Amino acid sequence: MEKRVQLPLTEELAKTLKAGDTVLLTGYIYTSRDAGHKRMCETLAKGEPLPFDPTDATIYYVGPTPAKPGQVIGSAGPTTSGRMDAYAPTMMSVGARGMIGKGARLPEVVEAMKKYSGVYFGAIGGAGALLAKQIKSSELVAYEDLGAEALRKLYVEDMPLVVIIDCEGNNLYEFGPANYLAQKGN
Amino acid sequence: MREIHVNSIIDTIEKLCIDANTHLPCDVKNAIERCRACEDGSIACGILDNIIENYNIADKENVPICQDTGMACVFLEIGQDVHIVGGDLTEAVNEGVRRGYANGYLRKSVVKDPVRRGNTGDNTPAMIYTEIVPGENVKITIGPKGFGSENMSAVRMFKPSAGLQGIKDFIIETVQAAGPNPCPPIVIGVGIGGTFDKAALLAKKAIMRPLDTHHPDPYYADLETEMLNKVNELGIGPQGFGGKTTAIGLNIETLPTHIAGMPCAININCHVTRHKSEVL
Repeated sequence: MEKRVQLPLTEELAKTLKAGDTVLLTGYIYTSRDAGHKRMCETLAKGEPLPFDPTDATIYYVGPTPAKPGQVIGSAGPTTSGRMDAYAPTMMSVGARGMIGKGARLPEVVEAMKKYSGVYFGAIGGAGALLAKQIKSSELVAYEDLGAEALRKLYVEDMPLVVIIDCEGNNLYEFGPANYLAQKGN
Repeated sequence: MREIHVNSIIDTIEKLCIDANTHLPCDVKNAIERCRACEDGSIACGILDNIIENYNIADKENVPICQDTGMACVFLEIGQDVHIVGGDLTEAVNEGVRRGYANGYLRKSVVKDPVRRGNTGDNTPAMIYTEIVPGENVKITIGPKGFGSENMSAVRMFKPSAGLQGIKDFIIETVQAAGPNPCPPIVIGVGIGGTFDKAALLAKKAIMRPLDTHHPDPYYADLETEMLNKVNELGIGPQGFGGKTTAIGLNIETLPTHIAGMPCAININCHVTRHKSEVL
């Protein structure tokens, strides 16, 4: 059963999402990965504002391929989230509640998610052509010099995602394989 | 002595870069579809359907299968009776990559310095592996390599006493440590023997080898099958959400080694295991 989720990701909305839920996400999200996160956290450390309003925002860890003529965006699947673990708690501390990526997170990220009611969504790694279909607009916000790593604002419609870690710290990467093996054992 | 002009190398590499990134090879598609038919996890079946739909979209619309269009790993098997004319071979390879990644709208994912970073802007330099072979042809293989999976690879210098069990445990340990990070279902390349560096090269060659082939030695061919089955009993499943299909292939390559050692390298690749070849 798929849940439809309309952004922004308020605290109230975040608390309704549970690890293992399959969701269709609609609304504005921001793209950022390694170099963009480094730059955003340096900006915050200097006491300067981010180039976008992080309140209840969702960040997609992605570096898309260049759009072909006529395309909104190129292929745009998730990158490995663990590389953003050093920055994610800082981003959540200023209000960015949602993260879309793939792969494991460190315990300190999960702790920050519990503290700030964060949600970690998984998109299918390696399905960049399919995911691009759900991206309806793309606008450059900042860091153009970073190329594929630039900060973009995307409008997504019914983006197919799975809640991997919810704001209580439940983790599909832990109970998903365990449940599967338990079923097989029966 | 046959002459091959660098221009034909540039053109071939440009074409192979685009082709490899937009069209998944049949051996990989067949492996994924075979696994889908045997999958019994609930979320897992949906994920595999999406993965199949994704490469079908890429085929139909000529778009990259994955946004990580990788570092361009270029394997050159150069016949010893070939004379390359018209320019520098390394520069020709890089020019082919430069054109392929620009004209194919592929992502530029290479930084010019490993510590100080800075995107080179054209996905060069390529990672070039040359081998001199008999004959008067040049075989070019391009394997764009994504780094979500590359980062989960490992090499270990075993004592010979660790034996076969040491290698088996190392494979399982590496796949388990990788967990959901390399976008499972994965392809596992295992290189055993040679030296520290050669073992890693063997592992890379193993992931370039079609998934419907086996090691020529039945001892290792059986080990490929046994370890693929063992990996698929871990329950990690597609994307790490639980399921049978953790890996769609496991290839082993071997070389003789020193009396004191047993190097073993494991190169992890994702389900978008790309390789395209052409013979000039």
